[in-house]
Amino acid sequence: MLLIRCPWCGERPEIEFRHAGEAHLARPAAATDAEWAAYLYERANPRGWARERWRHAHGCGRFFNARRHTLTDCIAATYAPGEEPPP
Amino acid sequence: MRLPEGGRIDRSQPLRFTFDGRAYRGFAGDTLASALLANGITLFGRSFKYHRPRGLLAAGAEEPNALVELDRGPGRREPNIPATLVPLEEGLVARSQNRWPSLRADLASVAGLAAPLLPAGFYYKTFIGPGREAWHRRWEPLIRRMAGLGRAPAAPDPDHYANRFAHCEVLVVGAGPAGIAAALAAAEAGGRVILCEAGTEPGGQLLATPEAMVEGQPASDWLAARVAAIRAHPRIRLLTRTTTFHYGLQNYLCLAEALDRPDGLRERLWQVRTARVVLATGAYERPIPFAGNDRPGVMLAEAARAYAGRWAVLPGRRAVLLAAHDSGYAAAFALADRGVGLAAILDLRATPPPDLAAQAPARGIRLLAGHGVAGTRGGTRLTGVLAAPLRADGVPDATRAEAIPCDLLLMAGGWTPDIQLFSQSRGRARWDAALDAFLPGESVQDLACAGACNGSLDLAEALAEGAAAGRGEAWAPPPRRSTALPARAIAAGALGARKAFVDFQNDVTTADIALAVREGFRSIEHVKRYTTTGMATDQGKAGGLMGLAVAAAAQGVDLPELGLTTFRPPTMPVNFGTLAGRHRGPLFEPLRTAPLHGWAGARGAEFEPVGPWLRARAFPRTGESAEAAVARECRAVREAAGLLDASTLGKIEVVGPDAAEFLERCYVNALHRLQPGRCRYALLLREDGFLYDDGVIARLAPDRFHVTTTTGGAARVLHLLEDYRQTEWPDLQVWLTSTTEHWAVLAVQGPASRAVLAPLVEGIDLAALPHMGVAEGRVAGIPARLFRLSFTGELGYEVNVTAGQAEALRAALFEAGAPHGLTPYGTEAMHVLRAEKGYVIVGQDSDGTVTPDDLGLGWCIGRAKRDFIGKRGLERAGMQGPGRRQLVGLAPDGDWLPEEGAQLLPAAEARAAEGHVTSAYRSAWLGRPIALGLLAGGRGRMGERVFATRRDGTPAPLRIVPPVFHDPEGKRLHG
Repeated sequence: MLLIRCPWCGERPEIEFRHAGEAHLARPAAATDAEWAAYLYERANPRGWARERWRHAHGCGRFFNARRHTLTDCIAATYAPGEEPPP
Repeated sequence: MRLPEGGRIDRSQPLRFTFDGRAYRGFAGDTLASALLANGITLFGRSFKYHRPRGLLAAGAEEPNALVELDRGPGRREPNIPATLVPLEEGLVARSQNRWPSLRADLASVAGLAAPLLPAGFYYKTFIGPGREAWHRRWEPLIRRMAGLGRAPAAPDPDHYANRFAHCEVLVVGAGPAGIAAALAAAEAGGRVILCEAGTEPGGQLLATPEAMVEGQPASDWLAARVAAIRAHPRIRLLTRTTTFHYGLQNYLCLAEALDRPDGLRERLWQVRTARVVLATGAYERPIPFAGNDRPGVMLAEAARAYAGRWAVLPGRRAVLLAAHDSGYAAAFALADRGVGLAAILDLRATPPPDLAAQAPARGIRLLAGHGVAGTRGGTRLTGVLAAPLRADGVPDATRAEAIPCDLLLMAGGWTPDIQLFSQSRGRARWDAALDAFLPGESVQDLACAGACNGSLDLAEALAEGAAAGRGEAWAPPPRRSTALPARAIAAGALGARKAFVDFQNDVTTADIALAVREGFRSIEHVKRYTTTGMATDQGKAGGLMGLAVAAAAQGVDLPELGLTTFRPPTMPVNFGTLAGRHRGPLFEPLRTAPLHGWAGARGAEFEPVGPWLRARAFPRTGESAEAAVARECRAVREAAGLLDASTLGKIEVVGPDAAEFLERCYVNALHRLQPGRCRYALLLREDGFLYDDGVIARLAPDRFHVTTTTGGAARVLHLLEDYRQTEWPDLQVWLTSTTEHWAVLAVQGPASRAVLAPLVEGIDLAALPHMGVAEGRVAGIPARLFRLSFTGELGYEVNVTAGQAEALRAALFEAGAPHGLTPYGTEAMHVLRAEKGYVIVGQDSDGTVTPDDLGLGWCIGRAKRDFIGKRGLERAGMQGPGRRQLVGLAPDGDWLPEEGAQLLPAAEARAAEGHVTSAYRSAWLGRPIALGLLAGGRGRMGERVFATRRDGTPAPLRIVPPVFHDPEGKRLHG
């Protein structure tokens, strides 16, 4: 079971969290059908470092971003929405 | 045969037990294996595929043959347990497996039936092409009878299981010499230590070798002092009979502790988070492949030594040692010292180390260097071996074989470090040519390996390495040189041998692996799956490395070139009960009940699960059928008044200066114009434009909304709304609070509902409250939010009070409602009533591919709105147009009830569906069955007929009608 660091509550077991998909996707104000389909359905799904969203659903309820390695599950950093991802 | 003295058994505590119905005696401290061996039992089971007689190969966790069924009574029957791991207890009942009619005279084996049937890849070959037919007809019934291991228990498990979380600085896995040294050193350094040991007592290899000297002391004295120090240490927790089966990320490990307490507490799951891990998991001795190496009496040398040293049991009277590694000599000599006659030593090496070679003649033992075994003699018990000189290619030359009578053949094939947990920790194994083994390489977690599992087979090295690992210090082993014959060379000499087993439990021979290679399998992962080597419950602990060596030899490559197969958790089979713990039966999943649940139960309600809730489905009277009850409840609502506990509806309080703006952006409706005191039926979409949830949005004040969701959708709707609030529009001043469990909702529906409520309502002008209106006041003296809403098509109200007041409100409503015929109704009547009126249920009449317009709810969408969630999605091509599947009513021809989910066909014989039935009920009010469905272009096909598939019959016709069956003008709603 992973420990995940909520930016507000600290390290908590992963069962308190809910995954919320890829991070840093901008909801386009105007888009062609192709652009809109890409926004809806196309995801990076990398083998390696991914930036993704989590919500501390059974805690403070807040969404945050995480940098996680999809192969090792190592979480290098978690940060608040709107913040620049750490290097 | 039991020796008159010695061993770690308590001869003052005799224990009685049975095996295959016969009574035996053993002692406390025995395992089932050692006790049976002491009683002269050497035949323990029949093999998985070939039904070959099998005896003990090992003395520990790697035992592949001696799998038994333990029977502790109903629900406590446990199959596939290695007899080597079962501590003997009074009254133990054990049975052998996979034999018929009896272990000794197994017919499948006598007839030799199975052997030619099951070559490598049998299943794959049989499943391809025309073989599939033969599989069902012929092979499967036959194999089901003959192959397999134990029987699963039939009754529920009456025992219970505990769960515990623990934290420590150092977790030491394995309490052999290295683990003991590590635990003491770590505790002295100041940390909390957990030392866990799969066996019944700490000591590891020392338990089997009481003659050994450790740091100048006899092994038993050294061990007793160390174990006493561990037990007395305030910072060490010693867990015996505790298997570490999972090593996860962030040094999270799972341990299964066997308790078998008389109060029924069977096992405990430990979930341990530790700063550091020391793995001292030891090593397994390798069996040697040769023809007939599975005959009972062929045993690992170190295991035989353990039976003699630890349990004072001689596994045979006259032994032959087959050695590829020096360690076999010490084991054989130790057995000889206890009285086993040593007939000969066959050393696969042409020139064994001189010091060892010199000892054999000194003891009067024949040493045949450069010899192997060309075959074994005997039936269910070894009677002799064919010793043969090895040819240049390493194959025993059967033409020059000499028969040597013996009843015990000791195999010393070298050592395989147990790196299963290290692999699970995601560390990479590295090949060590000097030790001819995969060793732990670089760790990715804070862990150290010590002792035999790290290649430190020498006792002094293991102790030094263990202590260093316990302190967290680095330790470099001295340079190593092995005189052992590498596994790859052993394997090369056995490729052509008949019935030379590599994986004993899954009955995989060198020939099977060679066949797989000839058929083109190269990757070891493919060879493994094709031959099933290493895939039995022992996970190839004993035979795994030799399997690699055989595959390498068959391909003519070096062993490390093939790589290592992946080790996955669990390292040992784990009880489902242990993993489930208390989460079974009523505690499997938390069950939510509505505020009137107790009252409904007392009224004789039938309940049904709805999402996480248990809801009253109907309130049948004594002697009344459920169907009759539903019909009566529906009629009461249509003719008088009914009361439904609708408290499970999801509720979210949306508050703040930007609350209206926020909801406007989320829901499809135009909500800006919604006045305080009014409600709107509202739809929530996903960004792709498909319907996600529906509910009622009530505006209580300019900055306060009461939003309801479907019963099952409450959590996900709040999640979605929070997502947009926090991440998309964080600038909006709005707060969301789940109030689902705060409010009880009692729905009073029917033409008499106003009359029922009127005497109870204070502070609200009930007559003036319009349809879709909301007001705050008191009902029966209780502060309430009163909604005028209808999910039935009748005049109706929903009274919200705090959940604790639900009972008081219920009592007052029934008192006031009695003269008007107020009747409790359940979810089934609610479903029928709403379907008669054509009201949809999201998730039943919609399925995630449905737009508002598909359901005829396009009118909800605020056309002038600039944006809302799903607006852009709805504009995509294909999201509009007449060809989409649209909600229609379906009237069956005749009196039959369509099945929900039935496919809708344009003609009875058509093969392609153009929609499906989403809801179907018998409407007592209308006197006929009704259905709703989604049908391609349905709204333009009124009056046409479609055909619904039926489970046991030909498709039957239905007439397409508007989805509103009852009061289409809505006069009653506004009545």
